[in-house]
Amino acid sequence: MGLKQNLHNLKEKYKGTKMAPAFGAIHTFLYTPNDTTHSGTHVKSADDLKRTMNIVIMALIPTLIFGMFNTGYQHFLALGEIDAVSGGFFSAEFWSLTNFYFGFIKILPLIVISYGVGLGVEFIFATIKGHEVEEGYLVTGMLVPLIVPIDIPIWMLVVAVVFGVVIGKEVFGGTGMNILNPALTIRAFLFFAYPTWMSGDKVWVQGAVERAGTADAISGETILGSLAQSQPMHHSLSDMFFGFVPGSIGETSTLLIILGGLFLIFTKIGSWRIMLSAIIGALVMGFIFNSVVDADIITSGSKFYGLMNLEFWQHLLIGGFAFGIVFMATDPVTGSQTNRGKWIYGFLIGFFSILIRVFNPAYPEGVMLAILLMNVFAPTIDHYVVQSNVKRRMKRLKAKTA
Amino acid sequence: MSTDIRIKKGLDIKLVGEADQTTTKLPLSSVYAIKPENFHGITPKLLAKEKTEVKAGEALFYSKADERILFPSPVSGEVVEVVRGAKRKILEIKILADTSQKYQDFGKKDVSKMTPEEIKTHLLASGCWPFIKRRPYDILAKPDETPKAIFVSAYGSAPLAADYGYVLNGKDAELQAAVTALNKLTTGKVHVCANGNSLFTSLNDVEFHKISGPHPAGNVSTQIAKIDPINKGEVVWVVSPQDLVVIGELLLTGKFNAQRIVALTGSQFSSPKYVTALPGIKIKDVVTDNLKSGNHRIISGNVLSGDKVNEEGYLGYYDNQITAIPEGDDYELFGWLVPVFNKISTSRALIFSWMFPNKKYDLNTNTNGEHRAFVVTGAYEEVFPLEIYPMQLLKSCLYKDLDEMEALGAYEVAPEDFALTEFICTSKQPHQQIIREGLDLMIEEIG
Repeated sequence: MGLKQNLHNLKEKYKGTKMAPAFGAIHTFLYTPNDTTHSGTHVKSADDLKRTMNIVIMALIPTLIFGMFNTGYQHFLALGEIDAVSGGFFSAEFWSLTNFYFGFIKILPLIVISYGVGLGVEFIFATIKGHEVEEGYLVTGMLVPLIVPIDIPIWMLVVAVVFGVVIGKEVFGGTGMNILNPALTIRAFLFFAYPTWMSGDKVWVQGAVERAGTADAISGETILGSLAQSQPMHHSLSDMFFGFVPGSIGETSTLLIILGGLFLIFTKIGSWRIMLSAIIGALVMGFIFNSVVDADIITSGSKFYGLMNLEFWQHLLIGGFAFGIVFMATDPVTGSQTNRGKWIYGFLIGFFSILIRVFNPAYPEGVMLAILLMNVFAPTIDHYVVQSNVKRRMKRLKAKTA
Repeated sequence: MSTDIRIKKGLDIKLVGEADQTTTKLPLSSVYAIKPENFHGITPKLLAKEKTEVKAGEALFYSKADERILFPSPVSGEVVEVVRGAKRKILEIKILADTSQKYQDFGKKDVSKMTPEEIKTHLLASGCWPFIKRRPYDILAKPDETPKAIFVSAYGSAPLAADYGYVLNGKDAELQAAVTALNKLTTGKVHVCANGNSLFTSLNDVEFHKISGPHPAGNVSTQIAKIDPINKGEVVWVVSPQDLVVIGELLLTGKFNAQRIVALTGSQFSSPKYVTALPGIKIKDVVTDNLKSGNHRIISGNVLSGDKVNEEGYLGYYDNQITAIPEGDDYELFGWLVPVFNKISTSRALIFSWMFPNKKYDLNTNTNGEHRAFVVTGAYEEVFPLEIYPMQLLKSCLYKDLDEMEALGAYEVAPEDFALTEFICTSKQPHQQIIREGLDLMIEEIG
């Protein structure tokens, strides 16, 4: 018996007290509860919310590890201490322990802070309101370190996480009730509160900020950043696909994000409808812009030229687009909830991502704003989808009475 | 004429403990009990006080809302106890059975010569009326209504359900008499759905439909939606095949004989099989010597929508199945994290039931997680064949928006239709209870 019995005794002891939710959260982390069914179905399927959230985390782990390598790689590459990758995805220059260790030390505090602060807020709210500690933050807490620049100050992250969890989620009543994706709320807060930190060419490579202005200055421009200023791309397509480029920690490797996305689709946790339609939406918008350029409406003098002229399918590889549509747009709570709505919702996310990307040179990452925008409109989309079902029922009734 | 219906969406929950096709005749039990709560929404008014002698078929109580609806005793004997709960609500009426059964004689009838009104009066008087349920709302039929159709599902698709082909074997004459009678009560037809060949194909006065596909293909709502969907203001009646046999026998012989073949199913029976029993029989008298040792849950009905009973409980009035499965009141270390091979899921979240579609599982009653708000979307639709948005309807029931419930199709559903969505619900929400309460609210507010 041992631990199991002791925990059971403690649970009985705390039952009904203010401490119960906090204790329960730790207890159910170790053991799935001994609850049995009372009314309704006497058996239940094996998945619960913890398992669902855990699958998403598993899909995120490869991008996290890659991000650790990439942090070190970009840092040492910018300093000129190592050579650029030469041998495809498994290049020795990239997968070195030095790179990993450097990134690990930089990223671990971000993860600890993200989970520590976020779960802390959750525990406090659960204790005050007397509900269970819900699992939603397990994924949010993993997403947050992956979508911030590496050089973000810790205090900034703390402020943003508190804001995101309280305003983005708890004020609505917790997981399942929120309107906006909490991870993106955190990112959007950072973006609007500290714009100089979250954009520009300094924050994407570790060490760039403190060296700025000195003789050792290094540039850590993202691809989107250079394109927005209509500068030529200095990364190859394979670099962009594999992810050997500067950017937010987890967003660079399109390859690993695709693998994560396929895993989510296979396990039926992520919605393939949203992912596929978002890709279609982005391609359509990118193609429209390409046509505009081809028709000489926008010429190379325009400040939109750089991103508009980008081959439409290459939009999928750069920036946080892939990460956004695989891990953020598919959030079931803030996304569209009907299957038909998901097609519309995903398409519009892809469409607006590229639109915002092209027309917002100051901050050319459109996917964040596109998803937040569609989060707001998802209930409206669902409303019209559901209304069509209602109308069909009314029609059946009319056909009958007529 | 026959039409084929194929259901694609759904889920067959395959469990260990299917009943062997052998039937044991049980001796008459000593005490039987009728529970008014088996008849949803009925306020009982007692007719047979304690110490009264009743014959099989004689009324024990009637419905306060309509005193023509009588609820009969399944056995002859003496009413020994009326168990009451809070506010003197009648919970159980216990009858000590006689050693030899005496039947109330309702007289033999020739159905073909009876008028609809005569049939109605006869069914009401003989206590057969409670066998007829109505949609919307899934409650007892009202005698003054004329349904647009009557539906009988002869396909038990629920987990380990009794095989109707087996239990109805040889009951052709009774079924024919019953459907002929019911056919006169509706302006439409009597629709019967079965999976594959069924003795209903040879009966007159029925419209036979062949239905195939996973559960809930055998649920009447699924069949109604495919054949003749319910619109606002329309009424459909529903009778189960076993109850048709009782009605048929009453018409043919004049005796109310509620005897049915009950399937004993589930992993906790040492020999799962069929037995003959009367409704209201004490569970202990049925399961005795057949249960394995250990901590188990006994269910009157199937695992999805049956009632929890214990050995001192009684078989539900409509149930033709008793299921025994292990209780799951134990903790599981990192149960949310480890790969799962011994449980079922529609997702593939490290749960490998998708790899073994034909494996039979021994599920227990553990909830496998805690109750949460609705989070996951798109999963319910995979097991829900009706053209209804299940989560939206559930939510409208929760926030009690009557207009929305009506618009989203609440007239077309019964709680049992939400059993599968409840089974797969990641947030462990009590769907059937939510729908039942929603429908009750509609009865109260709309009627």
